[in-house]
Amino acid sequence: MMTTPLIEVTRLRKAFGRHRVLKGIDMRIEAGSSVVMFGPNGAGKTTFLRILATLSKPTSGTVRVAGVDIRDNPEGIRQYLGLVGHAPLLYDDLTAYENLRFYARLYGMEASGERIRELLERVGLWHRRHDLVRTFSRGMVQRMAIARALLHNPPILLLDEPDTGLDPQAAEMMTDLLREIGGSERTIIMTTHHLERGLALADRVLILVGGEIVFDQPASDIDYQELRPLYDAYVGEGVVA
Amino acid sequence: MKRYLDVVWAVLWKDLRIELRSKDVFTSMAVFAVLAVMIFNFAFELRVPDKTVVIPGVLWVTITFSGVLGLGRSFISEKDRGSIAGLLLAPVDRSAIYFGKMLANLLFILIVEAFLLPLMVIFFNTNFVSPALLLLLFLGTLGFAAVGTIFSGLAVNTRTREILLPVLLFPVMLPVLMAGIRATIGLMEGDSIADLAKWFNLVFFFDILYIVVAYLTFDYVVEE
Repeated sequence: MMTTPLIEVTRLRKAFGRHRVLKGIDMRIEAGSSVVMFGPNGAGKTTFLRILATLSKPTSGTVRVAGVDIRDNPEGIRQYLGLVGHAPLLYDDLTAYENLRFYARLYGMEASGERIRELLERVGLWHRRHDLVRTFSRGMVQRMAIARALLHNPPILLLDEPDTGLDPQAAEMMTDLLREIGGSERTIIMTTHHLERGLALADRVLILVGGEIVFDQPASDIDYQELRPLYDAYVGEGVVA
Repeated sequence: MKRYLDVVWAVLWKDLRIELRSKDVFTSMAVFAVLAVMIFNFAFELRVPDKTVVIPGVLWVTITFSGVLGLGRSFISEKDRGSIAGLLLAPVDRSAIYFGKMLANLLFILIVEAFLLPLMVIFFNTNFVSPALLLLLFLGTLGFAAVGTIFSGLAVNTRTREILLPVLLFPVMLPVLMAGIRATIGLMEGDSIADLAKWFNLVFFFDILYIVVAYLTFDYVVEE
């Protein structure tokens, strides 16, 4: 018996002028799964996540979240989403606490103090809560970005290359954090160029090339040694390991 | 409704807090306003027998040009640091973000005006400030901030955003500017608000028009 997917994407297309970025994507994502999407720059990964996040509208096709078309009720859908993008979506001239307090107000969280404390402790930044974000390292900013995305406890977390620009140690810390916040309750859709790190977090692996999904398999069916040459064959040599 | 107003207040609070720390917008607007008044003052001192006749024009031109500097930063700073996506992800009608931004811009321009008026009184050696003029300035600034904020959001997605904002804004602002200048001339000549009702009403009408149009279109302006 087929279960109702949490996210259902049907014939999704997106074009900017005459440039077609997504060329008809079909996908079903079950609640609680961790989907990792690999692909070269320009493959359409960010555009795909921006459409899921209701930041961009599809040219054609549908995206349903919990059975609701995102075009019918984008405000309602946003309550279920957390996004960590290329930019941290934080304000340099606000403190860590002020940033999270601001976003808590946007999400209508009345008593947010305890939640902010819990998240800042989880990402190891409670002791820096009164410091301006501009004084943070890149790794700390990314951890703050994850705290911001988790603030309203969204059941769906969209991660667009969250490890970009991090040194190996910070990236490892990020991976541990993502593993910790995942669990069976939260659905994670992540894009990354880092095959090994992505594979470690995923229970389903996709490869997006030229706006089309060319590979879609459970992560348990493939290991890094198999994925590496497969990926190279799809997107060509010279990509990030 | 409370939820909507909470978001308006949150965006306003955030912009004020950031401005209090960085002083980027206010400093550039205030410095420009001071310099503009000084230049106008010296320029007209040489040519115009009675400098008071140019006060209405100098006042509104200085407010308009210094205001554009602040309006331009309103969305550029959000866009440059990528935080605009954070605002647009909020599960609320996006017009609430517009109103928060618009109120912040209105406040910044009003603060600059609070510095500008005494400065002009000193430079032009005439006390032309009256409660009626303050009301007129508030109404004119409201319209300016209303339409300027929506155009700032529109221009920010273009490559020529710094140029595009005044090019879009000034023609649309013309009715308010013309009515504001005409009413200021009347007030300086001793007319009452009742005598100048048509100009005040015109400014008020355009304020409402700008706000309604901005409310209806903001979601389309910021969408990709």
